[in-house]
Amino acid sequence: MTNRIFTYIVHKSGVADDTAGELAAAARKIDASQPATAIVAGWGADLDTVCNSLRDSYAVIWKIARENLAYPNAELVRKALARVLPADCILLVPHAHFGVDLSPGLSVKMNAAYVSDVVQIDCLEGPFLRLVRQEFGGQVSTHVRCDISSGAVVNVRPGAFQALESAPAGGTVVDKSEEAGELAAGRRYLETLVAETGDVDIAKQAVLVSVGRGIQEKENVAIAEELAEAMGGAVSCSRPVVDAKWMAKSRQVGSSGQTVKPKVYLACGISGSFQHLAGIKGNPFIVAINKNPKAPIFRVADVGIVDDILEFLPAMTAKVRERSDA
Amino acid sequence: MEILVCARRVPDTSENEIELNSAGNDIERDDLVYSVNEPDNYAVEEALQIAGRAGGEVTVVTVGGDEDEEILRREMAMGANHGVLLSDEAFAGSDGRGIATILKDYVAKNHYDLILTGVQAEDGGAQVGGMLAAMLDYPFASLVNSIEVLEGRKLKIGREIEGGNKEMNEIDLPCVLSIQTGINEPRYVGMRGIRQVASVNIPTLGALDLGMPPDAAGEAAAKVKRLDYFVPEQGAGAEMLAGEREEVIDKLIELVRVKGGLQ
Repeated sequence: MTNRIFTYIVHKSGVADDTAGELAAAARKIDASQPATAIVAGWGADLDTVCNSLRDSYAVIWKIARENLAYPNAELVRKALARVLPADCILLVPHAHFGVDLSPGLSVKMNAAYVSDVVQIDCLEGPFLRLVRQEFGGQVSTHVRCDISSGAVVNVRPGAFQALESAPAGGTVVDKSEEAGELAAGRRYLETLVAETGDVDIAKQAVLVSVGRGIQEKENVAIAEELAEAMGGAVSCSRPVVDAKWMAKSRQVGSSGQTVKPKVYLACGISGSFQHLAGIKGNPFIVAINKNPKAPIFRVADVGIVDDILEFLPAMTAKVRERSDA
Repeated sequence: MEILVCARRVPDTSENEIELNSAGNDIERDDLVYSVNEPDNYAVEEALQIAGRAGGEVTVVTVGGDEDEEILRREMAMGANHGVLLSDEAFAGSDGRGIATILKDYVAKNHYDLILTGVQAEDGGAQVGGMLAAMLDYPFASLVNSIEVLEGRKLKIGREIEGGNKEMNEIDLPCVLSIQTGINEPRYVGMRGIRQVASVNIPTLGALDLGMPPDAAGEAAAKVKRLDYFVPEQGAGAEMLAGEREEVIDKLIELVRVKGGLQ
């Protein structure tokens, strides 16, 4: 293959994101014969620390240093990449909030194809790359064929690829800052407002009774609270419950909410989107209770029960209470 | 402030289980309930609230066929002033880039200060808004969960980033924003509202009306093509507890106790 492969490195406070290694593995799936080049934008000592840390996993690291890139504003990074990247290249980007901001517009500026949220890379077929995506919250997957003859921007789902263990690559850092040119944009970063913890810190709970859209209405949240109380845990939830204003944002588990690490996680009426699962760490015992036997949550749960949570939860609460009274 | 909202009609996953058809080349579309892509409702609600504060009108646009007109009427019943359907045989088979190109040609013939999309569609890639902005050379922000109109043709916006944190930005108008769910509470649409807009004329514009060359969108221009649908492998999957509810609960309580979830 003649298309050169690049990976975009997301980093914070001088530390490269876990996706740096995952994207290197994904790049090898596309073409094992060429090592991918890492591309890193930022400023100052933090940027240099990140570049140095990448020398173990990448043979070549391109660095774009600019004072106004100290905070990663996708509007500025896009301009820089469009100037620095060679035509027809393939760029892999982590599909998280920065990648969603950066990549669709970048593909237009590079006149390249764009595929988002890729979970698997199948093979090259001539000028086409075959990839796997998921649709409808992971209920179905699709093979996608992407024409890479004029390059491609591919957003890769964090966690979908496993970083490879390999001998230190002893990479060299190449400064590409000059080529990035003047960077200005119609969007300016102001500040980051840190999320409030709320009344209960769900990150510290050993038992979580977590509810999703299946709870159906705000009044029903009480049946989950009763079970959580009987079990000595707390209630948490998935995104649709917060969107509907049935529970506070501080109770949301997921990539845009809290990261939790309980011993036991009861997923009640939760379909199990990858954004939700990304917030569950520490390999807890996951119990899924859902009316839909095909809900993706059953693929990751340890134990599954097909039932209506509105009936199941009160019945379980009664049994747990009976047990502690005995 | 003239606001355009780009909306889409999609299978409603809260009403349907998504399954494969027998040929395995598509999902089973018979008996599917379709509705407005949920994030698009939040975008329309946000547009209505901004227009209510800052003045101006809200237009909802979609790319599709006659069957997609119903979602334009639904959003007009919410309060949008205009609906526009962009429809042409030449648009069939468009990828995200093609849809963005069609919208770009529509926007170029009109005047909007602010363009909103939903954050993503159930079967989409969170891509059209960012592409449209790049084609228009407008600034863009994704995952927007708050909007405040400032003096001097600017907005102060919040973006939802990791851990529930919020990234605050200032952005110049005109711009394109993709709206995250939960930014507001979309208003309820009753049958009365739907009836009131049932006979309103919705203009339909095709490639010729937009001055588009025949190969600018549609299947021939698509660089990205979906080949099939399949159900991902289950992996080990969960151990399913079946039987009478009382028995299931007894088994579950014992399992949870062993894992340290009950004293």
